[in-house]
Amino acid sequence: MISTSIVVVGASWGGLAALSRLIGDLPSDFDVPVAVVQHRSRHADNLLANLLQDATHLTVVDVEDKEPLLPGTVYVAPANYHMLVDNGHLSLTTDPLVRFSRPSIDVTFLSAADTYPSSTIGVILTGANDDGARGLRHIVDRGGRAVVQDPATAENPVMPNAAQRAVPEATIIALPAMAETLVRMVHPEKAKAAGGMK
Amino acid sequence: MALQIAESVSSEAATPSAYNPELEQIEIELLLEGIYQHYGFDFRSYAYASIRRRLWKRIEAEGLTTISGLQDQVLHNPPMMEKLLLDLSINVTSMFRDPGFYRVFREQVIPTLRTYPFIRVWHAGCATGEEVYSMAILLEEEGLYERSRIYATDINEVVLQKAKSGIFPLERMQEYTENYIAAGGKRAFSDYYTAKYGGALFSPGLTKNVVFSQHNLVTDRSFSEFNVILCRNVLIYFDKTLQSRVLTLFYDSLAMFGILALGSKESLRFSPYEECYEQINGPEKIYRKVR
Repeated sequence: MISTSIVVVGASWGGLAALSRLIGDLPSDFDVPVAVVQHRSRHADNLLANLLQDATHLTVVDVEDKEPLLPGTVYVAPANYHMLVDNGHLSLTTDPLVRFSRPSIDVTFLSAADTYPSSTIGVILTGANDDGARGLRHIVDRGGRAVVQDPATAENPVMPNAAQRAVPEATIIALPAMAETLVRMVHPEKAKAAGGMK
Repeated sequence: MALQIAESVSSEAATPSAYNPELEQIEIELLLEGIYQHYGFDFRSYAYASIRRRLWKRIEAEGLTTISGLQDQVLHNPPMMEKLLLDLSINVTSMFRDPGFYRVFREQVIPTLRTYPFIRVWHAGCATGEEVYSMAILLEEEGLYERSRIYATDINEVVLQKAKSGIFPLERMQEYTENYIAAGGKRAFSDYYTAKYGGALFSPGLTKNVVFSQHNLVTDRSFSEFNVILCRNVLIYFDKTLQSRVLTLFYDSLAMFGILALGSKESLRFSPYEECYEQINGPEKIYRKVR
């Protein structure tokens, strides 16, 4: 059985609604950390974290430097910083924008794959650019797993399309079924017990 | 047989087992130890994921493939060390980064500073100086610059020279102007610079009371007592151990009721000094030393 250390989620255009749905659908006993990177203005405040908190019983954290990674907690990358996954915690940097973005989805995904190879799940949601595709590829190359929102159902299909091209073996799934898919990937034994295993 | 295995591992689509994070950490620790022993630069307590990212950027730029390969280059080829030193020690910043910080500083810290006959500011880890000029502008607009002295320090001589030059990229001025306005700036931002030498040359008056000097937060001690210490988005590059060492240095260098300003996403949470400061209202990480 593959254990999961972290789920990393990337979203851009249209991400707010998609993230609220995905995070809102995760069960309250979802016991791995979820790190979210959403592109937004460099001046954005903690509105995103507050909105997500309204959607879920999981704890949502607006990340500060060296934030400890805890199970069942959703971590939101702050505006204008890159967020790196390190062993047991998250660290922030103000390194230059990566292809016009800070936070960059690729930066977070690459660091997750290097820190937790084979136990990272990467998720790409709606967006209007190709950030995340390279990071998702790296996650799978390191032995982790990839989930991509079905481009046909994404508010903007560019990002999921790019991710799918880079990672053809990714699980493609529409948003309403995505949380359930993640639960199955993270807790195959629970899904089995409930008879829900495909 | 062994050769065959090695070859299959290094062939393009690397198998998951080919990457070993524990082994990579050993390589990185050896490299940093080598740099420290041979050149004296101490990056051993820098934040791991971030230093790993910067090392790999250099490895890729040089067409190398492993940390050990970089170590070979760095130890036998001093120009490579110079490049890596820039990679590892430069922190990127901008003028009036986090405008909200400057607004709060203006509204809640300046009134206290006004009561002082002389204001000593330490800008620790000032990099290329963008935030030094921002603070100088703010103090100037509040009428406090004449009785202020700003000590702007960084580990890196190269960036200090840049900071001293007062020349910044012209293409950033639009962003800085927006920041300046959002920060509560009182004039036209363009009053402070002229387009020159292919860049924006800032008024030399702004650095009249600034002392740029080399200082290493990892190894050097306190050099004075300050009313304000600014160290924003520098500690994020350090690990927890080094962070608390630097916080000790700051505590020892601050006058009673002195101000410590950290980056918006840095904090004294979980640090031994949490109890020694009170946080100034709002989301900004501005602390006043109270014991």
